[in-house]
Amino acid sequence: MSQGFLSSYAPILLHLVLAAALAAGLILVSWLVGERKANPSKHTPYECGMPPVGDAREPFAVKFYLVAMLFILFDVEAIFFIPWAVIYRDLKMAGFLEMFLYIVILLAGYVYLWKKGALDWSP
Amino acid sequence: MTLLLETLKPYLLPLIRVLVVFLGISLIVAYLVYAERKILAHLQVRLGPMRVGPHGLLQPIADGLKLLLKEDIMPAGADKGVFLLAPVISVIAAFTAFSLIPFAPNFYITDVNVGLLFLIGISSLGILGIILGGWASNSHYPLLGALRSTAQLVSYEVALGFALVSALLLAGTLSMVAIVEAQQRQGVWFVFLQPVAFFILFVAAIAETNRNPFDLPEAESELVAGFHTEYSGFRFSLYFLAEYAAMILVSSIAVTLFLGGWLRPFARVRALDFLDFTPVAVLVLAAAWCFRECFRYPATREWRWQRLLLLGLGVGALGISAGLLLPARFLPGGGEGLPAFPALTAIQGVFWFMSKVFLFLFGFIWFRGTFPRYRFDQLMSLGWHFMIPVAIANVIFCSLAIVLSRQMGWGLPATLWLGTAATLLVAALLRREKA
Amino acid sequence: MMFAQGSFYVLAAVAVVSALLVITRRNPVHSAIYLIVTLLSVALLYLQLQAEFIAAVQIILYIGGIMVLFLFVIMLVKLDVALRQPPFNQQWWVAGAAALVLAVELVGVIYLGRGTAALPQAPPGSLQPNTELIGRTLYQNYMLPFEIASLLLLVAMVGAVLMARRKAS
Repeated sequence: MSQGFLSSYAPILLHLVLAAALAAGLILVSWLVGERKANPSKHTPYECGMPPVGDAREPFAVKFYLVAMLFILFDVEAIFFIPWAVIYRDLKMAGFLEMFLYIVILLAGYVYLWKKGALDWSP
Repeated sequence: MTLLLETLKPYLLPLIRVLVVFLGISLIVAYLVYAERKILAHLQVRLGPMRVGPHGLLQPIADGLKLLLKEDIMPAGADKGVFLLAPVISVIAAFTAFSLIPFAPNFYITDVNVGLLFLIGISSLGILGIILGGWASNSHYPLLGALRSTAQLVSYEVALGFALVSALLLAGTLSMVAIVEAQQRQGVWFVFLQPVAFFILFVAAIAETNRNPFDLPEAESELVAGFHTEYSGFRFSLYFLAEYAAMILVSSIAVTLFLGGWLRPFARVRALDFLDFTPVAVLVLAAAWCFRECFRYPATREWRWQRLLLLGLGVGALGISAGLLLPARFLPGGGEGLPAFPALTAIQGVFWFMSKVFLFLFGFIWFRGTFPRYRFDQLMSLGWHFMIPVAIANVIFCSLAIVLSRQMGWGLPATLWLGTAATLLVAALLRREKA
Repeated sequence: MMFAQGSFYVLAAVAVVSALLVITRRNPVHSAIYLIVTLLSVALLYLQLQAEFIAAVQIILYIGGIMVLFLFVIMLVKLDVALRQPPFNQQWWVAGAAALVLAVELVGVIYLGRGTAALPQAPPGSLQPNTELIGRTLYQNYMLPFEIASLLLLVAMVGAVLMARRKAS
């Protein structure tokens, strides 16, 4: 059983190996046949022709963290919906009420986010 | 030797399938780029590529060769290992996910119980390729592009997830094959029961693949080329490959979940069975076009190769259509137990699946030719203030509709449409709130 | 059986080695990449245990979500500063001693407890269909914890906003 179970996943692994081989092989071929002429200004980071100013890896707006954190929270929420949706037909009314309560609690959080301007990106 | 063959036999068929899917997707990606250039050109009353081969048909091959011969530049200060790894991750994520797509009942690589979840998981690895590539370049534009890209992808992934939940409510399974079979059993494509979820999935799919009007990560006028500004040569084309493969992937997911996968339109109406011959009709039309063009080209020496190529393509198309129409009784053994046209029946599923996918891809290109680009704050606002609440409302109303139709014995489609109407009301209220 | 055991040891070794690399690399982005490898091999271990739903969720949430957040946060770090800092601080030996004690304890418990209780063999296919089983358990037997989870998410949302506020000001 365990053998049969895993064997349905084996082709995914095969596909993955093939994709990696394709990408690596193409890079290798292009490295072999491509031109190579070193030139210091060719290797400077692109900045519209000017010499680059400052370090590229600089801190940026805190908004981006907030969006990543909210994404994780909403994603967890969405994952909870998936097994529920799959067996929804067997759960009947209780299943609906249960999830409705769950959504209401989360929508309260969503409204809080909206009112606090956490979802607002306008400058 | 025979022993070796016997032991390898169970692995041989999957291997061939993997190779066919892999090569097929690569080919489609190459010609998708060509199709995009051609369609955009015609939308703008231009001709597009015309030089390499008749009507530029060999352009993708020339482009590929050109990219292979380009110099591979790595910016100074880049993190070498990560810079190398990032595009490979993107390609792996985009291509591996195809192993879970059911192209036809007789043609899919594998089907697992949690297929849809695995599909989402594998394709979400693509974000890592973008963010790592942008960081490794050590340059301003790629970093900003990667940040924007990631913020956009994660924002629309939430709406996408809830749209998927709406479809799962009807399908009741996560296996991709079983989802299509559920649509077959219920006799209706889920798009007609869940139009709002389909719309959300469609918009989110465009955003997830960074296409117009959501192509901010690559907004030329602001960020040069976004996260792959510093990528050149074949490494750049790996990102390109991944992006177009992802377009095909999201179209395939949408087709499987909402447009009935491999099912023919009106699969249950016997009077429309003549639609099974559509593949032949398409091939014959293509052959006719090839022959017409062949005679329209000047009959001089310098056009000889082009005309020969067109002639060959036309004859090839006719040959394939003749092969499809090969009746079963001409086969050795008289074709006992086979359908009347075995070859035609065998390709039905793949033909309809790919036709729907191409319809989607045409939509992607059409949008690129039509819509102006969003501003970044508009994009985020659309995602968080509109798409996500509407998707959640759709889940609530549709689950309520399903329960009500169970308890009250109302018809399922009518109740679901009531739910859809309620969702649209919420959407209208949200728009008012914004304005 | 051989195959199952062999693949378990390979996956476990990959997970442990890349976890060690996570804490020894100086460059935080490299650490993050090794962390992704660790999480992936753990996902594959779940898959081997027939917990396919958990495996898929591990990939979606941990790699597609949490690692993205980690990479975002790492990008805030000034890389040249981070590279000059030693990867371990003064407290490393305290943590090391605690880990050692825990390891000894674990080995001791397993060694002393051997034979006291037979580990039952899982019947084949007992976890199938995985998603449906999880759904039934969660939405029929454990309704209350599920609702409480939503409160937890609500708290996390409020917390995220407050933290972002403080950072911004």
